[in-house]
Parts: sequence; structure tokens; C-alpha cells
Amino acid sequence: MSTPLAAPDRAPAGDRVTRPVATARRLVPPGLLFALPFLVLFALFMVWPLVHGAWMSLTDTSLSAHDPSFVGLDNYAEALGDADMWQAVGNTVWFTAVSTVPLVAVALAMALLVHTGLPGQWVWRLAFFAPYLLPVGVIGLLWGWLYQPDLGLYNHLLQAAGLDGFAWLSDKDVALYAIVVATLWWTVGFNFLLFLAALQAVPDHLYEAAALDGAGAWRRLWHVTLPQLRRITGVVTVLQILASLKVFDQVYLLTKGGPDGATRPVVEYLYDVGFTGYRLGYASAISYVFFALVVLVSAAQFAAFRRREK
Amino acid sequence: MTSADLRTRPARPMVSPLPAARRARRDVQRGPNLTLGPTRTARTLALAALAVPAVLWLLPMAWAVLTAFKSEQDASDPVHWVWPQAGFTLDGFRTVIERGDLPLWMWNSFFVSAAVTLVTVAVSAAAGYAFSRTVFRGRRVLFALTIASVLVPPQMLIVPWFQQMLTLNLVDTYAAVILPQTVAPVMVFILKKHFDTIPRELEEAARLDGAGHARIFWSVMLPLSRPMLAAVSIFVFIGAWNNFLWPFVSTSDPALMTLPVGITAVKDAYGVNYAQTMASSVLAALPLVLVFVFFQRHIVKSVATTGLGGQ
Repeated sequence: MSTPLAAPDRAPAGDRVTRPVATARRLVPPGLLFALPFLVLFALFMVWPLVHGAWMSLTDTSLSAHDPSFVGLDNYAEALGDADMWQAVGNTVWFTAVSTVPLVAVALAMALLVHTGLPGQWVWRLAFFAPYLLPVGVIGLLWGWLYQPDLGLYNHLLQAAGLDGFAWLSDKDVALYAIVVATLWWTVGFNFLLFLAALQAVPDHLYEAAALDGAGAWRRLWHVTLPQLRRITGVVTVLQILASLKVFDQVYLLTKGGPDGATRPVVEYLYDVGFTGYRLGYASAISYVFFALVVLVSAAQFAAFRRREK
Repeated sequence: MTSADLRTRPARPMVSPLPAARRARRDVQRGPNLTLGPTRTARTLALAALAVPAVLWLLPMAWAVLTAFKSEQDASDPVHWVWPQAGFTLDGFRTVIERGDLPLWMWNSFFVSAAVTLVTVAVSAAAGYAFSRTVFRGRRVLFALTIASVLVPPQMLIVPWFQQMLTLNLVDTYAAVILPQTVAPVMVFILKKHFDTIPRELEEAARLDGAGHARIFWSVMLPLSRPMLAAVSIFVFIGAWNNFLWPFVSTSDPALMTLPVGITAVKDAYGVNYAQTMASSVLAALPLVLVFVFFQRHIVKSVATTGLGGQ
């Protein structure tokens, strides 16, 4: 931008006061005009659905035609006693716990290794990040095929090694972990790039200082790199936990929540209740239970962050 | 080595007091290789450590491509599961393309993602400018509300959105797929933060020339924000391209489906044709992966700046 930086004769502090009064007094302030398109969409597709959803959760609204009636907190009472819902909440929390650890740790390890400056940067980045660019429909097809019990790659490899294959997606004890592995493969590249960018932002002079002090590669990793990454690791973990809580797509496409609901997350349960069971009122209540879960976890993370910063 | 380093650091002694220090400093001088020792063993070890995940990550893609070029019979041959007996063939691709819906879904995905990106970025940039540079009543409350709504998971809104689309008579239209995706409070936040970093002096000249907010926004702020707008756009586009749940809920007409929704529907409709399934997967994966191959630098930067919510 080559605009002259400062007009020599401008009054530095007074510009807000001396701005033409006519502009400020116009019927609609220009600022509001700028924000308006967003605010309209925001009101229509965020605020209103939230309010409407809250209202629906107090009714027995259904997709089959009959007029909804007010039922008070019945839907929430039902949800509290609904074993399927608790199973879904349990699956979601467990999936979040089991997926977050490798999604952060593996991403960090990949980024550290790639950042060492080995040849083939382009290839590493492509290998680890490209899966993130695949539409989830492809993830469903591809991993369904990889996990196919009789013809899939993984059972072929296991059998070639003289081991027994798994019924990856239809074994209750395996399916959730199989989905975690697919998720790791699919999305780790995102966290990997975040770590890589953070590594590139570590100031060179820290390494130079450490090197002049005689610190070898390991000590530099331990005393310079990792401490510098502490903040970003916290942020990536928080984002990952929130993302994992919202899991739906790959689970739905790989197992439809089965076998016997063993992999069904909350989001799928609310989808099933609303769009397969037609109970939109009850689904809205589940939505708010889900929201409560997200808010609860966010609040816990926020508290943890505050404490660490103190 | 930057010029700043040369200025701030005293001249180097010719012989370093400690051998370790000398070795370490030599690492530094090697350039980007700052975290790893220079020894051949260290590099070999790191390469091996990196090769393992790289192979594990490339294997599924290789398997998909391999299957896609097989005949159906070879794809489901349990004995010769690596190399096809009948040789490689394009039949899987041919069948999928001739069916004709895949190009259609690609177009739908492109159209929907482009529309979502265009609307989201335009609307969020304007709002970001309003929150960063203008004064109006309710600005703080509205901005606080915008930030708070980052907490709302879009998944919880599918039921009311669907009801809304029923009421507006928009089910099975592009508008239904696009509109709810255009509300991106995070992007408003990121762009507001970004505008905050642009020095106000840059607008003063324009203001003295009598430019209003519209002129300043259009001719000063936007041109200065080109890299940030590109980063945000790429991010929004990828998100929309891969979005599944809402497009899945809001469309039942195959002619309107986006790529992720459509190819899933095919799997259910056509049953177990593994070569065809993988051929359509490869085709579906191709556009964005190709874009990544050519614009890797931009995409990496976009994820790095936008992925953290502009931190």
C-alpha cells in the first residue's frame, strides 16, 4: 500500500469529534449498516433456531402431521431416564477422550519430525494433510473398504502376518476404536499443520542462544522447542476436544452407530430421534442436552486454562 | 541469518571454547535444521521415524487407487488381493462417469461451497469492519453475542433449521443448503481482530479526502487485507466442501446433493461394487487434493492462520 502514511496537518486526537455531524446523525448509523447483512443472517439462522429449538424442546412437535402441544419439561425428564441417550453421551465422551490424545500427540510428533528439515518436505506435508481434504463421504467408502472383513486391506495384511483378522466395524469391542483410527488418519493433518506453523514461529535466536550454550539437539528440543509449544498445544487440545465432541459424519457413514448403538454419538442420536423417529420435540431436547455437554466441557477447559496461566 | 541477528550478536570467536558448542553452532548454521543434530545417524533415525507414519498414511490412498483400477472381479478376489489377474482397467471409472451423477454432485459441491464462501466472507468482512472501526449503539452487545455464539455447535441446530426450511418452503433447494452455512461468527471475530491490527493512520488520508466508510472499507481496508481474506476464504471453502450433516439433512433430491452426500447415497443404492466405489472415491477426492498439490503454500497458511481462530 503506497498511500501517504500521514497527512501532515491532521489533528491527531480530534478526528472523532470533528467528523461531519451529518454522518453520525443519519437515521441508520453507517456502522450498523455494515454489520446488518451479518446480523440478519445471524438472527435468522442462529438466534431464531436457538430460540425455536428451545421452544420445540418443550413441545411434542413431530414430523408426522399433528398440531404440537406444550408438554413442559417432559422431554427433558424422558431424556434423563433414556438409556439410549446416556449410552450416546457415554460414547461421545469416550470417543473424545480416546481420539484427542493421539490426534494431538501424533500431530505433534509428525510436526517435530518434519520440522527437522529432512528432505522431501512437500511429500510429508502431502501425505499427512491430504486426507483432511477428502470429503467425509470418501472417508466412509474408503475405510469401509479397508475394514471390509473378507477383502479389506487390513485383514489381508494381518492374515499375511499370520494373525487373525477383525470384524472391525461390526465387533462391539472394536468398532469405536476402528473409527478413532479412521478419524486419526483423516484429521490429524489439520493439527499437524497448526503445530508446524507454531514451530516455524519459534524465534531462531532462542536456538542460537541454546546452541551457543552448548545445548545438543535433545536438550534444544526439551528446553526450547517444547516449552515454546506449550501454549499452542493447549489451544490445539481444546479445539480437538470440542471437535471430537461433535463427531457424527464418519461414525454415521461407517457403522450407522452400531453395532447395537455401541458407537452412536449424541449428534447421531439426535438425528435418529428427529429424522428417523420423527420426534422433533424430543430431538430438540436432546440438542440442548448436547449443548449443555459442550458448554460444560468448554467451561471446564476455560477454568483449567485460567488456573494454569496464574 | 537475518540482518537483525548480525546487528545484535557480537562477532564470533574463531575457535569455540567447547566442542559441543561448536557442533551445536554448526547445526544452526545449516539453516532450517534447527532442532536436529547434524550427524548422519540422527538424520537417518528421524527419516525412519517419519517414514513409518508416512507409509501408514499413504497406504489407504494407494489401496483406494489400486482397487479403482481393477475389474470388479479382481477387486473382490480374496486370494490374489494385490495384483489383478486380469490386469488394470478403467472400467470402474467409466461406469461411474457414465452414470453421470458424480460430475453433477461435484458441480453442486463447487457451487454450494463457492456461494457459502462468497456470502460468508463478504458478510463477515463487513461486520468485522463495523465492529472494528465504527461506533453505533449496541455494538458491544452485538459483538459479545457474536463471540458467545461461537460456542453453539451447528449440529444442535439441524432440527430447527429443518423446520425453518419447511416453513419457508425451501427444502430441497440450494438456498436451504447454503444459507445456514453462511453464519460464521468465528470469521467475524477473526476479521475484526485483523482489521484492529491495521494502523488507523492509513485511513486518515482517505478520510481527509472526504471518503466515507464505504470508500475506506473498499479501497483501503480490503486491499490491505488480501492475504487474510484469502486465508479465510480457503478455510471456509474447505469447510463447506466437506460439510456433511446439514447438506445430508436438507436434501433428498439426488440432483441437489453435494459430493459427500451423493457418493454415500450411491454406496447404498449400488451395493458391493468395490472397484466402482473406489473409482468414485478417487474422483471425488481429486479436486481438492489437486488444488492442494498446486497451492500447498496458500492452504497451509490458511489453516495456520484461520484454524486457531486468528490467535
